[in-house]
Amino acid sequence: MPKTTTPAAYDSKIEGNVTFTKLDTAINWMRSNSLWPMPMGLACCGIELMATGASRFDISRFGMEVMRFSPRQSDVMIVAGTVTYKMALAVKRIYDQMAEPKWVIAMGACASSGGMYRSYAVLQGIDQLLPVDVYISGCPPRPEALLEGLMRLQRKIDTEESTVEQKKELLSKIS
Amino acid sequence: MDSSEAVKKIESEYKESILLKTSFRGELSLTVNKSDIFSICSFCKETLNFDYLVDLTANDNMGIDPRYEVVYELYSYTHSCHLRLKVGIDESEREVASVTKLWPTANWHEREAFDMIGISFSGHPDMRRILMWEGYPYFPLRKDFPLAGKTSEMPDVAFSEPVPLAGGPFVTSPCSAGTDKREPRSREIPS
Repeated sequence: MPKTTTPAAYDSKIEGNVTFTKLDTAINWMRSNSLWPMPMGLACCGIELMATGASRFDISRFGMEVMRFSPRQSDVMIVAGTVTYKMALAVKRIYDQMAEPKWVIAMGACASSGGMYRSYAVLQGIDQLLPVDVYISGCPPRPEALLEGLMRLQRKIDTEESTVEQKKELLSKIS
Repeated sequence: MDSSEAVKKIESEYKESILLKTSFRGELSLTVNKSDIFSICSFCKETLNFDYLVDLTANDNMGIDPRYEVVYELYSYTHSCHLRLKVGIDESEREVASVTKLWPTANWHEREAFDMIGISFSGHPDMRRILMWEGYPYFPLRKDFPLAGKTSEMPDVAFSEPVPLAGGPFVTSPCSAGTDKREPRSREIPS
């Protein structure tokens, strides 16, 4: 039996069934197209979040419809609404319970910066506690804006280089 | 029976303890002695049928003596009339009898007054903060508390920092001019 060294793409028998890609790209593609959101609805932004999940705006067109109310099953936390100091550490605790890899979206003015609540009781932006990936402006943002934010997050995930980073870590460990 | 008749009955029963009686647009308010507030409330409920405590709240009138004031807003479903009772609270003794035994709804109202102004209610079954977290060191609705808040730190419970006001607070100017004039602008806080 002749040993074949021909690259798969040039083999007319299997051409079209094989795709060449980088491992990172494949992982990112899988991750970004099945984002399971953790709906952290704290105020009126939560209502827009619900509208985004309902039939008219249909979040599932982009592969993010599986809202999980358990942090252990979700990938992206959507902080939707005013984060009071009393709630802030609960939000942090829920974030800490989410499995890696995880992302955070600050939805609306309050979650991004405290919004109009320049007050003793309100945390001035969830980014003081959590690493935020995408900020969405609006008070509250329309569902389209949230979908745009989620698609930006997908584009951001597409640029991640997790295996490259792991390789670097491994190399530095060995040397 | 209407509000003025109710006031007359209270006056005849507790003549000594009524400090001030005011009437504004048909709303009657009685300022009464702190030591008698529970028995007056009890009289209002049991004898005069004020079966509904609409609201219980506290004020801070900084600069006026007594500094604090607890306000009881009563309503009678039987007689369809309102009555307001007030009690002055001195800075040195910020405690007043709880009325949770008469109206169970007073429970959370009194906790809120305790949380925001710092008046404790003796005889309350559960005198804890209700909005801010346990261990928060300030009473935020007092007049000497800055709008921006203060730094506080409770390890593993909560923390707070003063907020940037950017020249605010932003308030509207009530006038008959156009929206460009009425639009919220930052105002200097007179110190």
